[in-house]
Amino acid sequence: MSDRITDPATTSWYEASARARLDGLLDPGSFREFIGPEQRRMSPHLPLFDLPRAFDDGMIVGAGRLDGQAVLVAAQEGRFMGGAFGEVHGAKLVGLLRAALDQKPAALLILFDTGGVRLQEANAGETAIAEVMRAITQVRAAGVPVIGLIGGRAGAYGGGGLIAGTCSRLAVSEGGRISVSGPEVIETNKGAEEFDSRDRALVWRTMGGKHRRLTGGADAFADDTVAAFRTAALRLIDTAPAFDLATLEAEQARLEERIARFGDCRDGTEIWARLGANDPAAIPAMTTAEFDALLAQIGETTHDAR
Amino acid sequence: MEKLTFRHATKKPLAGAKAQAITGVVASGNLEVLLERALPPDACTVEIETPINGYGDVWEAVVADFVARAQPGGIRITINDGGARPDTVSLRLLQGARLMEV
Repeated sequence: MSDRITDPATTSWYEASARARLDGLLDPGSFREFIGPEQRRMSPHLPLFDLPRAFDDGMIVGAGRLDGQAVLVAAQEGRFMGGAFGEVHGAKLVGLLRAALDQKPAALLILFDTGGVRLQEANAGETAIAEVMRAITQVRAAGVPVIGLIGGRAGAYGGGGLIAGTCSRLAVSEGGRISVSGPEVIETNKGAEEFDSRDRALVWRTMGGKHRRLTGGADAFADDTVAAFRTAALRLIDTAPAFDLATLEAEQARLEERIARFGDCRDGTEIWARLGANDPAAIPAMTTAEFDALLAQIGETTHDAR
Repeated sequence: MEKLTFRHATKKPLAGAKAQAITGVVASGNLEVLLERALPPDACTVEIETPINGYGDVWEAVVADFVARAQPGGIRITINDGGARPDTVSLRLLQGARLMEV
């Protein structure tokens, strides 16, 4: 409908709006929005706080095609209230997931860009997070892979980080971050000695895309372009694991082993060294090609769990 | 929250056949503009919700300038403002009109 992009191969995912990401991710012209902005389904809560609303409440949902396959998609606009989950925002994602149970698309894609729950409508937002996680498990159990794409300025934090953890597969870029408590939240609660939120390198070593990929918290590392995320999404749909008891038990075993092996590490670089990286300090500056070569060399970050 | 509505008569309808377009985002110093082809071809309305009170005169001038330049006949424009400066508002309005034409 708008925010078209001309060249997905050079357009930054991080910089693009949610609508532009969808435009470049899907087959050209295939996106059909549900509950579009003209329906004005806006937050009923924000006016109480004298805050401006958005026509789509920061959540764009709809159907489209990815390399010819029918998919359902949801994209968060991270610049509107940090992409936070409010009542309408969350309900649109829950509704989309329920539609996937009926429509059985080839996949459901969630383009995360969120700081978590919107504090002004926190009860509705928390409820929405829980409903989304339940709905994702139902969709996965029905055989539809749920793929998360994380590379926006707000990352995937708070409840958004929890939802990401329930997806079949995740792709993340350098700029993407995945966590529950964000840097400022940790610093506020535990002090700057524990976690200095202004130390950007520390933030990325702890929650950034490369770290998450190295420790198995994400399944693909993508360049910061719309085209790279499209390629990653297609590959992850093809390799999404079954959602059964064996998968969950394997994931539980993997997480227990991860704690046993890395639980005493004080920094991301210590974990990377134990994983077998010869020069952990060089990892943050690596290009995607160099990083992919490192992943191939380490050879143990791929897993079929989650 | 201040709500403003401006109605203008236009000399001609906005070119193109697109039914609607949206541009921008509700963020600090920014705004979102929704355009819908929903009015008679010689009319244009602009409805604004802004958290910054007291700038009705500035909005009126920016909207009048846009209508004079773009002649957006037939278009209903709705704006959610996040505290955008007048130049940003002007650019977004023209951007929106362009999206309706292509």
